[in-house]
Amino acid sequence: MGKKILMKGNEAIGEAAIRAGCLNYFAYPITPQSEVAEYLSKRMPEVGGVFLQGESEVAVGYMLFGASAAGARVFTTSSSPGVSLMSEAISYIAGAQCPCVFVNIIRGGPGLGGILPSQGDYFQSVKGGGHGDYRMLVMAPASVQEAVEMMMMAFPLAEKYRNPVMILGDGLIGQMMEPVEFPDDLRTEPTDKDAWATNGMETRGSDKRNLVKSLYLDPEMLNNHNLHLKAKYDQMRREEVRYEPFNLDGDYRMLVISYGTMSRVCKTAVENLKAEGLEVGMIRPQTLFPFPEEEIREAAGKESCKSVISIEMSMGQMVEDVERCVRGRRPVTWYGKCGGEVPTPEEIMQVIKERIDG
Amino acid sequence: MQHEVMFAGFGGQGILMIGKILAHAALEEGREVAWIPSYGPEMRGGTAYCLVAISDRPIGSPIIKNPRHLVAMNRPSLEKFAAKVKPGGIILINSSLAPDKSGRPDVDELAVPVTDIAKDLGSVRAANIVALGAFVARSGIVSFESIQAAVKEEFAEKQKLIPLEMEALEKGRQAAAK
Amino acid sequence: MGKTFKKPEALTDAHTHYCPGCTHGVIHRLVAEVIDELGIRGRTVGIAPVGCAVLAYNYFNCDFQEAAHGRAPAMATGIKRVRPDLMVFTYQGDGDLASIGMGEIIHAANRGEKFTTIFVNNAVYGMTGGQMAPTTMPGQRTTTSPMGRNVADVGMPVQMAELLSTLKTPGYITRQSVIKPRYITRAKKAIKRAFEYQMAGKCFSMVEVVSTCPTNWGMTPVEAVKWAEDTLLSYYQLGEFKTPEQEG
Ligand SMILES: Cc1ncc(C[n+]2csc(CCOP(=O)(O)OP(=O)(O)O)c2C)c(N)n1
Ligand code: SF4
Repeated sequence: MGKKILMKGNEAIGEAAIRAGCLNYFAYPITPQSEVAEYLSKRMPEVGGVFLQGESEVAVGYMLFGASAAGARVFTTSSSPGVSLMSEAISYIAGAQCPCVFVNIIRGGPGLGGILPSQGDYFQSVKGGGHGDYRMLVMAPASVQEAVEMMMMAFPLAEKYRNPVMILGDGLIGQMMEPVEFPDDLRTEPTDKDAWATNGMETRGSDKRNLVKSLYLDPEMLNNHNLHLKAKYDQMRREEVRYEPFNLDGDYRMLVISYGTMSRVCKTAVENLKAEGLEVGMIRPQTLFPFPEEEIREAAGKESCKSVISIEMSMGQMVEDVERCVRGRRPVTWYGKCGGEVPTPEEIMQVIKERIDG
Repeated sequence: MQHEVMFAGFGGQGILMIGKILAHAALEEGREVAWIPSYGPEMRGGTAYCLVAISDRPIGSPIIKNPRHLVAMNRPSLEKFAAKVKPGGIILINSSLAPDKSGRPDVDELAVPVTDIAKDLGSVRAANIVALGAFVARSGIVSFESIQAAVKEEFAEKQKLIPLEMEALEKGRQAAAK
Repeated sequence: MGKTFKKPEALTDAHTHYCPGCTHGVIHRLVAEVIDELGIRGRTVGIAPVGCAVLAYNYFNCDFQEAAHGRAPAMATGIKRVRPDLMVFTYQGDGDLASIGMGEIIHAANRGEKFTTIFVNNAVYGMTGGQMAPTTMPGQRTTTSPMGRNVADVGMPVQMAELLSTLKTPGYITRQSVIKPRYITRAKKAIKRAFEYQMAGKCFSMVEVVSTCPTNWGMTPVEAVKWAEDTLLSYYQLGEFKTPEQEG
């Protein structure tokens, strides 16, 4: 590990990609993530990488598709309205099984919405913003350091599954400055892509051509293709669930589920309540797909736990997944805000106290 | 113990920069830090502010409605934020641009004409560093050596300015001692 | 200008949020004066872009729609096709119109949609903090071209007025400026003519307006005017590029 340095989330995300071994970046400016592009417009030339500002997010999505299909490690960053425009490409990329990394520094929606922090793109990221049966592996950092680590994990994961991976942050993760270090052990070599990438037959010394596509007109073939994709998503569910348990050892009366920036506020609230003598447990999903289903189900089922609450900066999106996990064994409620103002620890403490016994 | 300091003033007064320098100094002392800027529509032409949290433990919520301390570089930011400071905190007022009263008997109020001091030093732009010197001296939030080192680091690529900035820090310290 | 210092009826009383030395405010005023003079405020619909002028609806006192980034010409098409009697104008920046919205503007112009586009060319992305635009000048430094626009890498700046005048469909295409009083009178005439073609149901019309963005150019308003005159106006030449009377 290197020395800890102070960095803005957006810049750290750009640097982390380079450290992870990704030297190809395409993007279109949008608040609150434009600093990634600004940082990399300087940094990529220094490391001999590719920086290009595309003419739109639609185009950027396909620049990633093309580059990735040609065997390169590639990523982009954007924010909500831009990610909507990339969603078509994401569907094609998932269908054609190409590894790409997308970063969404979410801002408030729908439509033009606002530019302040939000978690309103949970459904878009986790349930598929584009068409068809596809999933992205979605990771949600709660600090600049975690954003760095997730960025560095994202590339090998995208290649392991030949699937798009999304880092889902919010305006605060992008704009905040925190100490970071770039872990050496997350530096990875790109995997061998000769089996499928259109990197040129000469490059791979083969006379067998590769095709990258998502069209399957034969119904049986398309069904099989989708079964194959599903098998990958099921494997993610088995192998890639990441979450942080917090205060789950004691006899907590309520279970909080929260992720990203919101979870930091919840953590402070849980600590303060503990100091007041009130036990509340918490699970922070680090992967939103795959979702820590078993873990939530089990934690909610604990004898002492009377209710579950999903706290999110959206109008009740993740709560649907939480309900799915809890399966009616405990009452599940939602609390959140999505105008850009992040709820304070005091506000969360108040809500928890009001709802503690279900 | 967690300390939060809010720096506020006009865009262009170097508000974000002094927040960053303080965060840097604290990091070098081995503390946990977070720097949270204001961003959004109000930035253009209006008030700029940032919040620095410094703690011995990992920083939880980065959303802080009531900071412990305030450095107000102009009148609008004093009016906007003075009421939010926790009792017992410090309010440093740039008395060159704001009335030297916060109306808060429960805080340690410190009025320093940082803009005028900087003008006397030959550069209005150093007013932010004067304020930083005064605040650090009064609060002891980091050591004075740490803040000197962090200022030098910030201006590493503008070596010519370092003597001026050091002088600005020192003038701030002296003003806080009075 | 000159004659009417009274606020046009088609403008509200709101103070604009534009930076000192920004020309968006002047252009708003010219459009509003034309709307007043033609007496069409009651049947005019404006379309705001995504860019610094996104809040144009706070300043124009007529019906307004807010588009997604670059899509204003498609929304204008929608309105004109269902309500040809309405007077419709889009107000777009260069990122909005010449980058992300390039497809929409070309097709609207090529179909000869009978609305008016006011295209504000300030050679950068203003609202998002001064990134490179398709109209950024060779060598011009921006936050995403820190070493200056490298034309070997990203090509030459797009000249929208010239580009659109190559279309065979009749249209009214002109480039004007408002950076100095002496350009303003002509710019207003052109805006009026554009609206008149629309009123007569004649053709698509676009007035490109060479503008300033002192904030993101890192200049004082005075420096910005000088730079715009010396640099922008020699590449973005003013004049009429196409009128519906001439064959395409
Ligand atoms: C789909 C989408 N992508 C990006 C943005 C971010 N964005 C807002 S305004 C803007 C560019 C503004 O520049 P320009 O059109 O030149 O107008 P100006 O601000 O200079 O007047 C961008 C990229 C957005 N709102 N939506
Ligand atoms: S940023 Fe530029 S275009 Fe936007 S209001 Fe300021 S000067 Fe005008």
